[in-house]
Amino acid sequence: MNCEGVIHELSDFIDGELDTASKQELESHLKECSDCKLVVDQTKKTIELFCDSEPVELPGEVRNRLHETLRRKLKEATQ
Amino acid sequence: MLCANVKTETFGAGLNCSPRTLLSTPNPHRLASKVAREDEHQLVAAAKSGDAAAFEELVSRYERKIFRLTMNITRNREDAEDAMQDAFLKSYSHLKTFQGDSRFYTWLVRIAANEALMRLRKRRPNQFSLDEPIEGDEDLMPRELQDWGPGPEQRFAQTEMREILSGVIEELEPDYRIVFVLRDIEELSTEETAASLGISIPAVKSRLLRARLKLREKLNRYFQQGGAN
Repeated sequence: MNCEGVIHELSDFIDGELDTASKQELESHLKECSDCKLVVDQTKKTIELFCDSEPVELPGEVRNRLHETLRRKLKEATQ
Repeated sequence: MLCANVKTETFGAGLNCSPRTLLSTPNPHRLASKVAREDEHQLVAAAKSGDAAAFEELVSRYERKIFRLTMNITRNREDAEDAMQDAFLKSYSHLKTFQGDSRFYTWLVRIAANEALMRLRKRRPNQFSLDEPIEGDEDLMPRELQDWGPGPEQRFAQTEMREILSGVIEELEPDYRIVFVLRDIEELSTEETAASLGISIPAVKSRLLRARLKLREKLNRYFQQGGAN
């Protein structure tokens, strides 16, 4: 597998969706190619950073509007 | 007991619901928590049987994540708020049809993504494409190859990191951004993402690969050793 092949298979590799033979080929390439290893590691880190990022607290006025509207609409729905 | 901090008013004023009271302050739960996953089932069952307090607990639990999702899709605060509100209303009114085949949160994400997409398309009609894979002629080979050093998350305060992530994802084209949000942030499967967006599985995969590569490259500006920050 060459560098282009690694980039093509990158998502499936990260998601653990590559078949065994392709995975072994890709891993062999990573042992020899520091550029591809850097890209794979940084792409994994990119996903991890977004996944681990906690959402900010809902602004108070947004939360109040949401809950007030839900109460009103649900009440209307039952009348 | 599902609700800890209480006050007296409920969503269910006028509904046939239990006298259980509501959270007075947001009670964020980390979604990945095993406990959250386990009691979600109980909350949904209670909400299905008309317990409005249980439904409000679900809203309190997921409102921040759903607002982040609708903001990430629409990039417009008013639309994001409307989409979030309608998503919760629709989830309540269709709760009886929820069979529990997936997690409630996954089901809610699909409803919210749909609401947000409708608003995005209305405001910017050509912003999200239903077409098949965007293969294009663009060269996917990464150009920016600098070392990020150990743990960029240790070099930036949480608020600063959040701003960086929000900034780079905003720069991404909607076709890529939305797929990335659903697959990698909300952790929908490829199939669920394809079904939610009405695009094919190859289209999801193609857009996801490009989104990941583009985001890595954009983050490189901030994280490269001796770089911008």
